[in-house]
Amino acid sequence: MCTVCGCGEGETKIEGQAHTHEHAHDHEHPHDHSHAHGHTHNNVFTHHYGLGPAHAHAPGLSQSRMVQIEQDILGKNNEYANTNRKYFSDRGVLALNLVSSPGSGKTTLLTRSIQDLNSTLAMSVIEGDQQTSNDADRIRATGIKAIQVNTGKGCHLDAHMVGHALQGLQMEEGAVLFIENVGNLVCPAAFDLGEAHKVAILSVTEGEDKPIKYPDMFHAADLMLLNKVDLLPYLNFDVEACIAYAKQVNPRIKVLQVSATTGAGMQAWYQWIMATRQAGLAGHPSLQVQV
Amino acid sequence: MHEMSLCEGILRVLEEQAQAQQFKRVKTVWLEIGSLSSVEVEALRFGFDVVMKDSLAEGARLEIIDVPGQAWCMQCMKPVTIRQRYDACDDCGGHQLQVTAGEEMKIKELEVD
Repeated sequence: MCTVCGCGEGETKIEGQAHTHEHAHDHEHPHDHSHAHGHTHNNVFTHHYGLGPAHAHAPGLSQSRMVQIEQDILGKNNEYANTNRKYFSDRGVLALNLVSSPGSGKTTLLTRSIQDLNSTLAMSVIEGDQQTSNDADRIRATGIKAIQVNTGKGCHLDAHMVGHALQGLQMEEGAVLFIENVGNLVCPAAFDLGEAHKVAILSVTEGEDKPIKYPDMFHAADLMLLNKVDLLPYLNFDVEACIAYAKQVNPRIKVLQVSATTGAGMQAWYQWIMATRQAGLAGHPSLQVQV
Repeated sequence: MHEMSLCEGILRVLEEQAQAQQFKRVKTVWLEIGSLSSVEVEALRFGFDVVMKDSLAEGARLEIIDVPGQAWCMQCMKPVTIRQRYDACDDCGGHQLQVTAGEEMKIKELEVD
């Protein structure tokens, strides 16, 4: 589960792909410079022994030196995310990253959305789970393309896994891609997949204070779907407090109350998808905005 | 436990830098970690030791530079310090805060051989 390449220690599996790239780690660069100092290597660094921890010019005392690199730890992931983002923008694809705890009803919400939108929209799905292709099977039963990514021991999807999955999907122009992330309200917050928006799904069978318990995720999301609202009569769930908590960590977040089982509120969610997709298509060279 | 994969990412950067800047061993790594970044420093330290084993940075010292959370309060029109994302502005009690610092996750500097 490295941030560079989802393959990790051979744990990640992407359906339909024998994923066996073996990052050539064959450090074979010649280390045959015997000269002391003062010359520039390629483009970046000058050997300068005065850059040691004590910043002292004392040749022979210590060979260690300081290297300033200023690199983002997630830099590699973000490069892959940008590649994905370009892929989406070239094709006019709206990519949504669906994040939630396990059991919030993500897959049910997704299958319902696909059934309801199937006649108006081209859609594809990338399913992230630690194991099994059960969720992708459920999506495929609706008749649309879905690729399962098993993260193995990994706790989140990263941009590189998504990039590989895209190769197998061959997305239509102007389509909507739902990326169902691993059920986890912590780790997926940090990993940009190249999506246009993160959509957090919270069900009313969970605690209403989840937005402040897991602030990073609700801060990163642009939309929160409060799911299973048909169960509210049987629960002590304070909807107003929940929305207030979400706005507390993210003043810009929009909240929709839905029930994937009864269909209540789902139209508002579909309108959000259509409006967001059309806004994304504005100015796209080959795709016309449908009214 | 994404701290583990962050450490894998750090190792990847160290290996690339070792090639580019011609060093063989990493003795100390300075990371800049914002207090609002989704990093648990203790988990990162644990993951660091495990991931760096048998690499060019085996046994390397990990130094964390803590970056406090800062935000711009839209109501007060001034910067304020925050400890968590859901903190309110100390002055006006509002939540119209735009985070300006504290989300960093950066490899700042290395001591190498």
